[in-house]
Amino acid sequence: MSPAHVSGHPGVGGTEHCHHCAQHHELQLRGVSVRYQKTEALTDISFATSCGNTVALIGPNGAGKSTLLKAIAGLVPRSGGSILWRGAKVSQWHREFAYLPQREDVDWSFPVTVRGLVEMGRYSQLGWWRRWRELDEKQVSKALAAMHLEGLEGRQISELSGGQQQRAFIARALAQEAHVLMLDEPFNGLDRPARESLSLLLRQQAAEGRLVIASHHDLNTVSDLFDEVLILNRRAVAFGPVAEVFTGANLSLAYG
Amino acid sequence: MDDILSYPFFQRALLGALIIGFTNGCFSAYVVLKRSALVAGSLSHALLPGIAGGILVAGSLTAWSAFLGALIAALLVVLSSLAVARSSRLDQGTSLAVIFTIAFAAGLIMLKYVPVQVKLEDYLFGDILNISATDLWVASGIGTVTLTLTTALQRPILLTLFEPSVAAAQGVPVRALNYLIMTLLVLVMISSLQAVGCILALGLVVAPGATVFLLTNSTRAMFWGGGLLGAAGAAGGMWIAHWGDFRPGAVITILLGAAFLLAFMFGPRSGFFRRS
Repeated sequence: MSPAHVSGHPGVGGTEHCHHCAQHHELQLRGVSVRYQKTEALTDISFATSCGNTVALIGPNGAGKSTLLKAIAGLVPRSGGSILWRGAKVSQWHREFAYLPQREDVDWSFPVTVRGLVEMGRYSQLGWWRRWRELDEKQVSKALAAMHLEGLEGRQISELSGGQQQRAFIARALAQEAHVLMLDEPFNGLDRPARESLSLLLRQQAAEGRLVIASHHDLNTVSDLFDEVLILNRRAVAFGPVAEVFTGANLSLAYG
Repeated sequence: MDDILSYPFFQRALLGALIIGFTNGCFSAYVVLKRSALVAGSLSHALLPGIAGGILVAGSLTAWSAFLGALIAALLVVLSSLAVARSSRLDQGTSLAVIFTIAFAAGLIMLKYVPVQVKLEDYLFGDILNISATDLWVASGIGTVTLTLTTALQRPILLTLFEPSVAAAQGVPVRALNYLIMTLLVLVMISSLQAVGCILALGLVVAPGATVFLLTNSTRAMFWGGGLLGAAGAAGGMWIAHWGDFRPGAVITILLGAAFLLAFMFGPRSGFFRRS
């Protein structure tokens, strides 16, 4: 199996620059393992990337893409290894991490509007009791505008298209002032225009200095959408820039 | 017939209905969003053996013996059903159904040995017109604690209800909040015992939230709207019951049921006139 085409990505997001953060924030995984009861879902995953990048996690079904995202986000416990962000344990930085669940994992009937969802992003800044301020209102509006959701603010979250739903969750991450966006299959079920606009928005986030990590299953679009790729099948098969690592040889190692 | 308002017993009952209806109605928003109506249903049945056991141990029916007995029985039913579900192939719904019916049946048997002269019907269906000053204090206390805690903790509770695992990763103590909500559920249902009895308590702590859920996209509206609806239903039901000489608990439940039916039929997101 080989990728449909391996081409350079349209350099919207510079892979090395970081306009947003003064320093070069690094995410480091060292020998991360995750165990579900008796089965080892992930074994000895190590890689390092930094803000400004868009990283794809690819691999066959059951390779552990979602599990790895959840492990980084702290949603599932590790059985071994360590994850560092800015040189310190990732658990100290949960405010800087935003996890966007897979579509099926969201309770779409929940009585919350787009604006209400984005307001939830401010809670981790505000804590439990701090008063809602002018600044919070501003951040929410800014996030909504950045994700082109003006005019949809009053809609209940199920009354959105798939692309709009993804953007609403990204807006929540922006309102949270998250530095790392972790998305579980964000392009799943999106048609071509929605996919393209979402990919543009994600690259913009990277260009502004955020780190974007997404699980992804459509091999045809990897080189269009991402800078770096981790090819995964319970173990890390290969990690690096898409142009170098996304090769037929590596893919057949993972997909067999 | 308006002079009924000048009787202290009726004033007290009306006040009780308002407090109990409001507290239950507000809290019902969380019961609906947490999808724990089934758990609430089994708790309502566990209240009976709890009260009977409380009387057997304490020797008489006091607000405190009823309260502690119901609390312990409710916790036993929920925790044992969890234990059965975790250590067998049964799901929690099934094990709850088996255990709460056993508990309820045990309560029926225990009533035979209860020394005080109380009618079984009052346990089952409530007797709000005879609400005592102590009952009123208990209901106000439970209402105050419930509303204070749920408003003070509304942000973490909201995050927990919407996305428990994400909330946990963000440092919200999800498990502690779940226990808190369960404990408050037991308390709230105990407070409505006097008004509608243990069987109909379920309606009071589910129907208002379910009704407003059909009409709104805001959790805040669901919370306060549920409270207003619960209070209106409880007070209105009591009024009609007195007027037509019906059982208050039954009329309250039917009023809230009628509101639910209307919301279902004419609400924007369900029923016959759904907008497409």
